[in-house]
Amino acid sequence: MAGIVVVDYHKGNLMSVERGLKAAGADVRISDDPCVIAAADAAVLPGVGSFAAAASFMAASGQSDAVLRVIEAERPFLGICLGMQLLFERGEEGAPEGGTVAGLGVLKGSCVRLDAAGLKVPHVGWDDVSMTDHAGPLFDGVPDGAHFYFTHSYVVRPENADAVSCSCSYGSEFPAAVASGSVFGCQFHPEKSSHRGRQVLRNFVDIVEGSRRKGAAR
Amino acid sequence: MLTKRVIPCLDVKDGRVVKGVNFEGLRDAGDPVELARFYDEEGADEVVFLDITATSDRRETTVDMASRAAERLSIPYTVGGGFRDIASMRRMAAAGADKLSLNSAAVAEPSLITAAAAAFGSQAVVCAIDAKRIGVPGAPGADRWEVYTAGGRHATGIDAVQWAVEAARRGAGEILLTSMDRDGTEDGFDIALTRAVSRAVPIPVIASGGVGALEHFAEGIIDGEADAVLAASVFHFATFSIRQVKEYLDGEGIAVRMDF
Repeated sequence: MAGIVVVDYHKGNLMSVERGLKAAGADVRISDDPCVIAAADAAVLPGVGSFAAAASFMAASGQSDAVLRVIEAERPFLGICLGMQLLFERGEEGAPEGGTVAGLGVLKGSCVRLDAAGLKVPHVGWDDVSMTDHAGPLFDGVPDGAHFYFTHSYVVRPENADAVSCSCSYGSEFPAAVASGSVFGCQFHPEKSSHRGRQVLRNFVDIVEGSRRKGAAR
Repeated sequence: MLTKRVIPCLDVKDGRVVKGVNFEGLRDAGDPVELARFYDEEGADEVVFLDITATSDRRETTVDMASRAAERLSIPYTVGGGFRDIASMRRMAAAGADKLSLNSAAVAEPSLITAAAAAFGSQAVVCAIDAKRIGVPGAPGADRWEVYTAGGRHATGIDAVQWAVEAARRGAGEILLTSMDRDGTEDGFDIALTRAVSRAVPIPVIASGGVGALEHFAEGIIDGEADAVLAASVFHFATFSIRQVKEYLDGEGIAVRMDF
């Protein structure tokens, strides 16, 4: 069974993510211990709190380095909501006025306030996503136009447009999910997105299982 | 396109559903988590559990319910009723509740909204407002509403629209707006109230109170400009199924999530 660690950065409850991955057949544990995280077959960084607070906690606790080790070893990583935003180089949320704070810097680009063109913010509720032609394995079996549950005020701006797996539009277009190699991120909450979300989590567990087998064969 | 949400509300007392009825295929309609799961599978976009347990010594049952809901539901859910401080909210959040709804306690101490938004994020903080019209509808100056607390027993003298604005300013992520005049009447939402609040705040508004017919759901969204519609009895008594409501709204050209 694939051993996935859900990174606990002390900001909220991770039960739904854990339960969703377990239901998808994964061996899951929640941990805040950098050693446990670094040794995992795969890591999931859930989405709670603000960019600046999470980034500073992760850096100070050694979790940032642990997550980077998982990613550098090409073991699968899934960031959810804030967990995806943290993958980027910098973020505005919680930073001093007009500035940014550093993220993990795995993907090039930044995390900025959603330009909703006068619509209500946060963007909360079920919205449909448009698949790119390279949506990737995380979206196997998920049709174009599928609905997912979003709740966020910030979005990512990747420098590399090819990193976008699918997009969503709310006042302006923004990435609903990104992927680069074994690194995946989604702005929506798969653990709260009914059967579509279950499919995404199942796909991630399959990706982890495939990667683990490959690792064992080496 | 962001869809309009259809939200069943379950009144819970001592861990049991108030006004529960038996649906076919549902083992225990009195169990709030089983009933919520049923709605989840029927296409509900969220679920609200409103704890009306009178005494605080039974709150443990609600925490237990929230953690079972986290196990069983695949959609977001809100728990409201009886929060007095951040500590009581934290226990519910830790049990798995996605959103926490504040009502009377926030009116008594508005800084609780600020503190809750800082502790859990605005997306997790719902400000529930029970509003009652002042004066006769149509009369000059009658489009004003007063906030009531303590389950509608206590008049506060506070203007409902102004309170909604302050709640949003303090960091509430959504307003759950109930018309006390319409609640239980099956006459439809108070459209003027819903629209007044929806236009006044930059955050989503959930309309509540008064649904008795399918058209009422559409009116709340189109005329009331609500972002979500909430109902209790019409779902519990199986007057309509969630699917039926969503199919109706879809037919009316309102964007709803149909791929469930």
